[in-house]
Amino acid sequence: MRPVYAVSGGVSKFARARPELDFRGMVKEAYDYALTDLHLTPQRAREIVDGTICSYFSDHFTRQLKAGSMVQDYLGLCPKPGKRIEGGGATGGLAVQSGWEAVASGRFDICVVYGFETMSRVNTWKGNEFIALASDTNFDYPVGGFYSGYYAMMVVRHMKEFGTTVDQMALVSVKNHRNALHNPYAQKRRQITIEDVRRAEMVAWPLTMLDICVMSDGAAALILCSEDGLNTLHKATGHTPLPAKITGVGGGLDAMRMADRPHGEVILLPHEKPEDYRGLNYPGVHSFRAGRTAAKAAYQMAGITNPLEELDFIELHDAYTSSEIQTYEDMGLCRYGEGGKFVESGTPFMPAVDYGYHFPEQGRIPINPSGGLIACGHPVGATGIMQGVFALWQLQGSIHTHFGSDVLQVKNARRGAIHSHAGTGTYVVISILEKGE
Amino acid sequence: MSESRVPEEEEGTVLFRVPLPKDLGALRELAPLIIKHHYEIDYIHSYAQDSPFFAGLANKRLLGTRCGNCNYTYATPRAHCMECGGPCDWVDLPQEGQIHTFTVCYYGSEAFLKETPFILALIEFPGVDTLFLTRVVGLDPQASSLDWIGMAVKAKFRRLSTFRPTDVYFVPIGT
Repeated sequence: MRPVYAVSGGVSKFARARPELDFRGMVKEAYDYALTDLHLTPQRAREIVDGTICSYFSDHFTRQLKAGSMVQDYLGLCPKPGKRIEGGGATGGLAVQSGWEAVASGRFDICVVYGFETMSRVNTWKGNEFIALASDTNFDYPVGGFYSGYYAMMVVRHMKEFGTTVDQMALVSVKNHRNALHNPYAQKRRQITIEDVRRAEMVAWPLTMLDICVMSDGAAALILCSEDGLNTLHKATGHTPLPAKITGVGGGLDAMRMADRPHGEVILLPHEKPEDYRGLNYPGVHSFRAGRTAAKAAYQMAGITNPLEELDFIELHDAYTSSEIQTYEDMGLCRYGEGGKFVESGTPFMPAVDYGYHFPEQGRIPINPSGGLIACGHPVGATGIMQGVFALWQLQGSIHTHFGSDVLQVKNARRGAIHSHAGTGTYVVISILEKGE
Repeated sequence: MSESRVPEEEEGTVLFRVPLPKDLGALRELAPLIIKHHYEIDYIHSYAQDSPFFAGLANKRLLGTRCGNCNYTYATPRAHCMECGGPCDWVDLPQEGQIHTFTVCYYGSEAFLKETPFILALIEFPGVDTLFLTRVVGLDPQASSLDWIGMAVKAKFRRLSTFRPTDVYFVPIGT
């Protein structure tokens, strides 16, 4: 396999609704931004791009089949090859990995990964119905298909099993909304308190409106290259791109129905021992086996043996405050059951941002410095690609250029992870990116 | 508490004509035209290999499956075993179990909004390896607490079957 680099990206503003642009227009905005950042004209890009990966989740939201080929012609990239990737909430992260595969295999030297979702086209509750169709339609959906309900059941079991509290979950919301104050791409930018989260309207006990990400319109694009692709870009633009190398990819799946998840042994990471988890039935519905499987593979490929020590930041899929806490554990940042204490310690906060709370270990490993899904929004097909773009900017040290401020720049970021997750942990992918030499 | 704003509706207005400026260059500034259109479809859905479960509910039987090869027992049935790939046989599940986890949905998908608040729960059964998603009836949604986990519940069946998984629901034992 050949080394693969991310070289440039763009995000088309995530918002409640973008009626002024359809999916093609939003992707074009993100793509053009990525090209401009490379000093590449669309005409020249048309000559040197080898192919594309298109990412969008729901044909129900789009109600336009083969929307990928419409984006391709709108970008002027026909007749180059491309394909559409779909895997629920993880669609964007899967698309990034598909782009990686296309370049690593030698098929493409320059690959554009683009994605979008246009969720404003139906009302919120119809949107929830469309999303819930990503649960078993014989046994789960008809009982009260509602993803927030499913995640609530998962965290209720986590609370029972480990003593996780709603205040610990609320801290994730405080962190991500506060971080987003400095991210102009984010949909919800606020300073809030634990009390604000708990006083917000209850959606599915114990999750309130502020524990849950919102629906969005938006798009993102990320350009991936081989070493030959980097040289081609250099020749085409006269500029040397600032790449981040993708050094690890991992993925995992789990049974569609939460009811079917086994109750067995924990899958261990290199820094864990079987005695850490004596008596724990795993994954049950409190943990994401696919997330642990993805982490194990990605870490192994990147040579990571202790993620807390060896990663500088993570952009992870916080569709719910609860799933951010559960994901700390899946990714081995703390032991299973310790995710609540992990956030309480301040470890996943930015070191120099004032959140209105005192933390003993603030900022050891910033998680969702961008504000994550909770604050940025979650236009599903764009989300995982957005994480890739933000991770690239962190590793380039270019957050100031793109966000207009340095507040969210993780200092000396050398290695980061992006994590994309689909409904109740059915698909999870993790990719590791490192600062280029 | 009185609301200080008029509730939004999605009805909109039927609009047959829209003016255009003389200068077509100004069309870049045209506000987006947003129309509403309706979409509805009836699917002809076969429960296929899952069918016996729904036939069971119509006969007040809660059916799961058990792998003939490795004995793994599924509370939510599947015709082939996830653990070993072997074919499964249909078996009666115990009609009494415990709440493994739950939530109270105050909102939901459009199809279920009118039923809120409702209690969703996963039920565990003795000697069964997987769980079953259902509604729990007979508990006060406002009184939700972690103490509900482990509560003994029993199955009840709708007399008039709808051939949906909601033909069965669970109630606390003793009610």
